[in-house]
Amino acid sequence: MATTSITIDETPRIRSFLALADDALILGHRTSEWTGHAPTLEEELALANIALDLIGQARALYQATGYAEDALAYLRDPPQFRNALIAELPNGDFAFTIARLFLVSAASDLFWRGAMGATDPDLAAIAAKAEKETAYHVRHAAEWLIRLGDGTDESHRRAQEALDTLWPYTGEITASVDREAWLAVVAPILARATLAQPAESWMQAGGREGRHTEYLGHLLAEMQILPRSYPGAAW
Amino acid sequence: MAEGRTPLWEVFVRARNGLAHKHVGSVHAADAAMALQAARDVYTRRGEGLSLWVVPSNAIVASDPSDRGMLFEPTGSKIYRHPTFYEVPEDVGHM
Repeated sequence: MATTSITIDETPRIRSFLALADDALILGHRTSEWTGHAPTLEEELALANIALDLIGQARALYQATGYAEDALAYLRDPPQFRNALIAELPNGDFAFTIARLFLVSAASDLFWRGAMGATDPDLAAIAAKAEKETAYHVRHAAEWLIRLGDGTDESHRRAQEALDTLWPYTGEITASVDREAWLAVVAPILARATLAQPAESWMQAGGREGRHTEYLGHLLAEMQILPRSYPGAAW
Repeated sequence: MAEGRTPLWEVFVRARNGLAHKHVGSVHAADAAMALQAARDVYTRRGEGLSLWVVPSNAIVASDPSDRGMLFEPTGSKIYRHPTFYEVPEDVGHM
């Protein structure tokens, strides 16, 4: 890499903004990877819309830290990222993408709803916009999950596998909300989808401290190569 | 996806209060709820609307193109059906 990474003085406020922003950026990037590969034109646009919502949320949150948004996105190494591990997992199949989007968005929507009354004016303003976007992400993913779970044998099997794989990664995303409230959103959708709710058990952690899966490095390499190779490139 | 599993829906958008819903295109979707979401995602990305309708395309009864002469040509000679056919006396002013 031709450029050096930035160092950040992580005050508690900046750290909490980075956690939210990195969740949005990394999940937004993963979602954007469907562009050109989605099963239908309609879903292609739906996923691109959602990816753009998430990246827009990340930008607003980065700007509120006082650091340059591009530097935060492009000039940090994996251990400096504060996103939950669930955001960086590869997309897998469509069922995995939808199940993750549903589980994460359900937690995000609860968080944004609470944050609308936050004393931090930046957070309250971002929450007011993000909540509407996220509410739609929840609805879109939930409607798909119901149809995949209650669809064919194949789609049910894939949706259940995705849910079972993802469940241990949900501890990080519900740490900042009431997990019981999150389960109250998730459980009825799983029931309608005829999917078995995995048992509450051991949870993965580490993302907030910068201990990431092997996948984040590969994601960042692709996301950062251009600004790292051509510093200040503009078009 | 198979055409049979995701039939075609016609999409209508109402841009503002007081206007009629206008046909803007179509989407493929498994059912009404998914069709509404697809319509939102495909046709309202740039603030085009405040309200959406989706209608199963096969619910629309269309005129047969080969009937065009019978149905629409006779009206061509009825110029007196246009308001501009009549001269409005000056005294009437703007109507």
